[in-house]
Amino acid sequence: MAAHLKKRVYEEFSKVVQVRDQKLRLSKPSKSAALHIDLCKATNSTDALQYLLQFARKPVEAESVEGVVRILLEHYYKETDNSVRLKIASLLGLLTKTQGFVPDCIVDDAISTLSNEKSHQVLAQLLDTLLVIGTQLPESPAIRQRLIEVACKHLSDTYFGVRNKCLQLLGCLGVMDTPLTKENEGPGSRDVQSIISDYFGDQDPRVRTAAIKAMLQLHERGIKIHDIIYEQACRLLSDDYEQVRSAAVQMGWVLSQLYPESIVPIPSSNEEIRLVDDVFGKISHMVSDGSWMVRVQAAKTLGSMLQVSPHFLEQTLDKKLMSDLRRKRTAHERARELFTSGEFSSGRKWADDAPKERLDTNTVNLIASGACGAFVHGLEDEMFEVRIAAVEALCQLAQSSPTFAEKCLDFLVDMFNDEIEEVRLQSIHVLREISTHITLREDQLDTVLAVLEDSSRDIREALHELICYTNVSTKECIQLALLELLKNLNKYPTDRNSVWKCLKFLGSRHPTLVLPLVPELLSTHPYFDTPEPDMDDPAYIAVLVLVFNAAKSCPTMPALFSDHTFRHYAYLRDSLSHLVPPLRLPGNGLDLVDSRCGSGSVESAQLFLQQSLNRVSVIQNLETPGAQDLLDFTIRDLRRLGELQTELAGAADFCATYLRCQLLLMKALQDRLWNMAVPLCLKQNVTATTAAQQILEETYKLEFLYSGLESRQVATIHHVRLQAKALQLVLTARTRQGLDPLISSCEKFLQDIESFQRLFLTELPHLQDSFVDKLLELMPRLSSCKPVEMVRILQTTLRQSSLLHLRLPQQIHRATATIIEPTGESDNPLKFTSGLVVALDIDATLEHVQDPQNTVKVQVLYPDGQSHVIHPKPGDFRKPGPDRHRLITQVYLSHTAWTEPSQIEVRLLLAYSSSSASLSSPSLASKLGWSDSTDSLPPPETAVEGTIPFSKSVKVYIMPKPSRR
Amino acid sequence: MPEIKVTPLGAGQDVGRSCILVSIGGKNIMLDCGMHMGYNDDRRFPDFSYITQNGRLTEFLDCVIISHFHLDHCGALPFMSEMVGYDGPIYMTHPTKAICPILLEDFRKITVDKKGETNFFTSQMIKDCMKKVVPLNLHQTVQVDDELEIKAYYAGHVLGAAMVHIKVGSESVVYTGDYNMTPDRHLGAAWIDKCRPDILISESTYATTIRDSKRCRERDFLKKVHESIERGGKVLIPVFALGRAQELCILLETFWERMNLKAPIYFSTGLTEKANHYYKLFITWTNQKIRKTFVQRNMFEFKHIKPFDRSYADNPGPMVVFATPGMLHAGQSLQIFKKWAGNEKNMVIMPGYCVQGTIGHKILNGQRKLEMEGRATLDVKLQVEYMSFSAHADAKGIMQLIRMAEPRNMLLVHGEGAKMVFLKGKIEQEFSIDCYMPANGETATVTTNPSVPVDISLNLLKREMALGGPLPDPKKPRTMHGTLIMKENSLKLVSSEQALKELGLNEHQLRFTCRVQLQDPHSDTDTLHRVYTHLKSVLKGYTIQHLPDGTVMVESIVIKVSSSAEDPNTKVLLLSGVIRTRTWGVFFQPC
Repeated sequence: MAAHLKKRVYEEFSKVVQVRDQKLRLSKPSKSAALHIDLCKATNSTDALQYLLQFARKPVEAESVEGVVRILLEHYYKETDNSVRLKIASLLGLLTKTQGFVPDCIVDDAISTLSNEKSHQVLAQLLDTLLVIGTQLPESPAIRQRLIEVACKHLSDTYFGVRNKCLQLLGCLGVMDTPLTKENEGPGSRDVQSIISDYFGDQDPRVRTAAIKAMLQLHERGIKIHDIIYEQACRLLSDDYEQVRSAAVQMGWVLSQLYPESIVPIPSSNEEIRLVDDVFGKISHMVSDGSWMVRVQAAKTLGSMLQVSPHFLEQTLDKKLMSDLRRKRTAHERARELFTSGEFSSGRKWADDAPKERLDTNTVNLIASGACGAFVHGLEDEMFEVRIAAVEALCQLAQSSPTFAEKCLDFLVDMFNDEIEEVRLQSIHVLREISTHITLREDQLDTVLAVLEDSSRDIREALHELICYTNVSTKECIQLALLELLKNLNKYPTDRNSVWKCLKFLGSRHPTLVLPLVPELLSTHPYFDTPEPDMDDPAYIAVLVLVFNAAKSCPTMPALFSDHTFRHYAYLRDSLSHLVPPLRLPGNGLDLVDSRCGSGSVESAQLFLQQSLNRVSVIQNLETPGAQDLLDFTIRDLRRLGELQTELAGAADFCATYLRCQLLLMKALQDRLWNMAVPLCLKQNVTATTAAQQILEETYKLEFLYSGLESRQVATIHHVRLQAKALQLVLTARTRQGLDPLISSCEKFLQDIESFQRLFLTELPHLQDSFVDKLLELMPRLSSCKPVEMVRILQTTLRQSSLLHLRLPQQIHRATATIIEPTGESDNPLKFTSGLVVALDIDATLEHVQDPQNTVKVQVLYPDGQSHVIHPKPGDFRKPGPDRHRLITQVYLSHTAWTEPSQIEVRLLLAYSSSSASLSSPSLASKLGWSDSTDSLPPPETAVEGTIPFSKSVKVYIMPKPSRR
Repeated sequence: MPEIKVTPLGAGQDVGRSCILVSIGGKNIMLDCGMHMGYNDDRRFPDFSYITQNGRLTEFLDCVIISHFHLDHCGALPFMSEMVGYDGPIYMTHPTKAICPILLEDFRKITVDKKGETNFFTSQMIKDCMKKVVPLNLHQTVQVDDELEIKAYYAGHVLGAAMVHIKVGSESVVYTGDYNMTPDRHLGAAWIDKCRPDILISESTYATTIRDSKRCRERDFLKKVHESIERGGKVLIPVFALGRAQELCILLETFWERMNLKAPIYFSTGLTEKANHYYKLFITWTNQKIRKTFVQRNMFEFKHIKPFDRSYADNPGPMVVFATPGMLHAGQSLQIFKKWAGNEKNMVIMPGYCVQGTIGHKILNGQRKLEMEGRATLDVKLQVEYMSFSAHADAKGIMQLIRMAEPRNMLLVHGEGAKMVFLKGKIEQEFSIDCYMPANGETATVTTNPSVPVDISLNLLKREMALGGPLPDPKKPRTMHGTLIMKENSLKLVSSEQALKELGLNEHQLRFTCRVQLQDPHSDTDTLHRVYTHLKSVLKGYTIQHLPDGTVMVESIVIKVSSSAEDPNTKVLLLSGVIRTRTWGVFFQPC
């Protein structure tokens, strides 16, 4: 066999193959042959090793793997040096992994090598190879059985590596039902679990770890682990070695998930508890382990044990303080008492935390038994990894248990003062996530709000987000929050939007609490008129946002407003409509309009949208009188609908754009143009060309700017694009003289049709009677006919084809971007020396953008027409919520000296590449490199990639000064 | 049975002048050599005459180990080494070695220059003493001599504080010094591996206290300072120069940074600057945060904290001042206090305990009118706050350390006797190990059960392993045959052949013979043949040979047949062999 293969390999070496493109090409010299020659040449083991190392660097084709394996095995038997054999064994493993190679033919050889091997290391490596083979052949029970037998045989090896690999094999391949060894061996026939569990007590910690890991592997493969190993697993929790303990924690967790309700006895007492509680207690204990890896593991694990009894859960936050054997209250308890007694923050006295009653020495439990104080420990841990894990675990547990959420509040609030920012941020996020369960007390709110002055923007924004979701209990809390937010606004003016938004939610959540504060907030006076506040003051706007949002659900509030408040309302409702809700104001004309559009439900809007689409779909014939008007009006209606109903903005916009494409197409194909002689219709030609161009651009927008499209819609979009291309082709044919360019563009068009057919094969039945449908019918004729004829066919088909009805998918969202900073309001030019750079801070929110790291670019347009495209670093994108991204980055500007300051424009671009999106041709996708500065953007109709500007551009005043000598 | 003896010369049921003598495996070690703050007479230092009445200590001590630089742990060191006389090695960690002499010099100055004491150690003595110091690294095992080795573990508490693991043979003792199990702003938590020492000597300052989370206290502290600053008030924080002061500095510094505050923070100069220098150097001894960020910026290079000048106290506007000493009894802190006491916007924060009689103690107890020298009275209008930051392990921490180290016995020092009783009871109850709490001069004796190491030849081990079933089977102990040779203080387990060879003896074989009588009418040779065939059928797997000289060999056993003289039918089987078999005859029963 081996000889035969070798021969084949030699043949390959010299064979000449014919390749499809009619060129003669020598196949690459086969690797196996080269290897064999090399190995034969090798005089000593060092040489052989060198050859093998070189060999390993290059990939091997699937066909020749078997040959190579034979050669390697042959050499393996001859080789005396351990290191070379080891390398061969590892190469065998690597080779089996080759794509497309089925390793069942070499199983026997691999197993037979094991029997004669003396070196433990090589043995371990060979078993590793078997492991690879086994994982490659999951479907073959015979091979699996053999491999398991081999593993069992070598389990008694003295070298830990061999035992490790055997356990791994058992873990990866072991099955539930079949007893492992044959029946006639009597009591030896046991199942794989009990064999593995024997090695829980191995003398080598690495083997113990491997045994637990193998067991976990079995669990992962869906085999139910028996609960008899529970006691052993628990014993391993107090192992001397950290990796064993860490694995044991996982094991305990798995068991607790499998048998949460089974009952286990508590040692040294008659009581019994649920298994999940017992495991919870034990893992809690591990939170104060000596090794921080184990502590992290334990803390993480605790978070996922949701079935634990509330009694145990609450113990994790328990910490009894004492001083000099007298019971002392924790700061949390004191704070709570102060709060309930109505007094707030005395804290001025020395020893107001003085211990009170004496404790009975017997009742003091010093060593934490069970779950006692696990999180108290975890949150105070030395390593921030443990603290973060503990915070996350708290979050998970609190989400499932409201009472626990209430209890852990104090601890989470404490974490706001952690020394490491990551931990602070995480705890703020966690508090936000559980905020549905909780109401903050005044003293807690106080602590929370203190963080508003943090210099880190992330922290502040996370906190704003938190306040948006927080419930507070008293009007003092609202006042406090407002005060601190205004302070924050004063200190960090860039937080303006975030603060306003925060107040919006605060107001709409607590209208009744805001009500008594209104006179004070608006500084109205029963007798005297107070001066009208400055409308441009962000702080005043902040107050108004709070009040107006509260007034929305509190109809008595507007009675407290003074005149100018109403005027300000009207102004703000217009300028900051996303922050100021529509109000029902007495004697205000605005209110009618506002209330009506506010009350329009989504359903009715949806209905309207559907109806408009149906109405349009009636248009079959392009020449129908009034069709154009109908389209015009529908487009207008849809655009307005999008403005009114934000939920449907995406869908409405999408439809409108689509219809506009159709309208353009329709206009371009109007009668007069096509009946005239070519030279007479130059003007129409121009409009038609621009129309085609516009349609193309719009189709790219349709395809890439909207998320939630199904392949049906994509097909429709492509269909329109194809029509536009056809139109272009026809127009080219009419204007340009010369056949060569026409031929090439005809060919290109045919390719387009083909690719369309290929891509949307499943959608074709839906495209009955459409342009493409007809074209495909005529395809045989098209591909053989002359360009002129083809153009004629296209022209008629274009004009005969009907309008394709658009079907709306469930959810369409339009990608939008808003540049928050720079605001474009500054009159002070950004001055810098020409030739040097100046950094411009950009802060923008992106919505419904998929994969913004790769698609979103910043474009800077200079007054001289120069444009730069900058792609931000992936780290500059944050994800504050679903479908929302935040881009905070810096772009560097530079220019030669100007005589006076001028404005540059900054906007965001969405880059797309039709190749990567639909055609998925690797050669085109690889071209996706973006140069930092492109002087002109690639026009969308020629290239498969392009950009869509999707934000308003912002003007920034800059002034490059000439450098001083 | 070997014993370990522990005798505290100081710190036995007491706080101050820590000095503990340990004799283990024939070695004598002194752990710490401190002074007592409460006394100014001879009781200030440990009673070294306990070791020897006259003469030098060098021959009685194998080494001295200093756990950290606090004076109650190292204050008597120059006295002992230079005035009493000790020339052996003194071990301490690098930071301790660096900071210790500064404190000793300061201590000397106050005692000699201010109080005018004579017969005290001199600056030169401090220098000489420091020359005897051998520095230690964390987790570095140092061989003091052939048998004694010590290893230092991180202890938190102050910069450079260490716990030491002392080991002679298989006996070992861990001395904790002062330690802290909860991390603070500049130091991490104490850690030790599961070294299972025979005795764990632990401090027990807070034996009866379980403390609240540090974060609450820090937050309170920061909030108070922040509020006062926002009101435009001045904050005075009296501190001692080392340890807690640095922690508070870091705390304020990071808070200022975080909150973008601009008010100045001052630190009265002197000792501090030198100490801060060392804090900057020994970054590896600090906590995770400082260690991680020092590449960008060393946290001890304070941005907001500047040296204080006397004239700044009158500057308008808010400020925070750290000033020494900590109890407001003298010096700069008192001067500033006098200046600021009149304004209710100002605040003084006492970060630690104050001794009775000091101004600090008075104002903490709410006294609002103070009598100063010269009959003047001072109205205290400023706010007085108390904020305690302690860096000792509390009862829970001590238990946690015991759980980490898993000692066989426990010994408590450095704490009040009454409190120790409670902790002792708890330890005995929870861990069921013995706990000792000797007073000064008392000796606690612990008998140990050291394991005796024996060398075994690899060949023998392999051979014996090959004999019994598959390995590993940790559940069953395995017996093995071999010869134990005790020679020149070493133990060796070898195979019997090698033992014979080494001892120069001949091997003697014992042969056992026995006779079995059979009733068999056949002739001798036939009988033998029948025995042979029978054995062949019964003993499968053994080599059985029928030799031509009229014998049957079963392995090494020879069987001969002879008929008795009187009755030819009674055959006698002679069996002879060296095998240690008890059941030979069994196979012949059915014949």
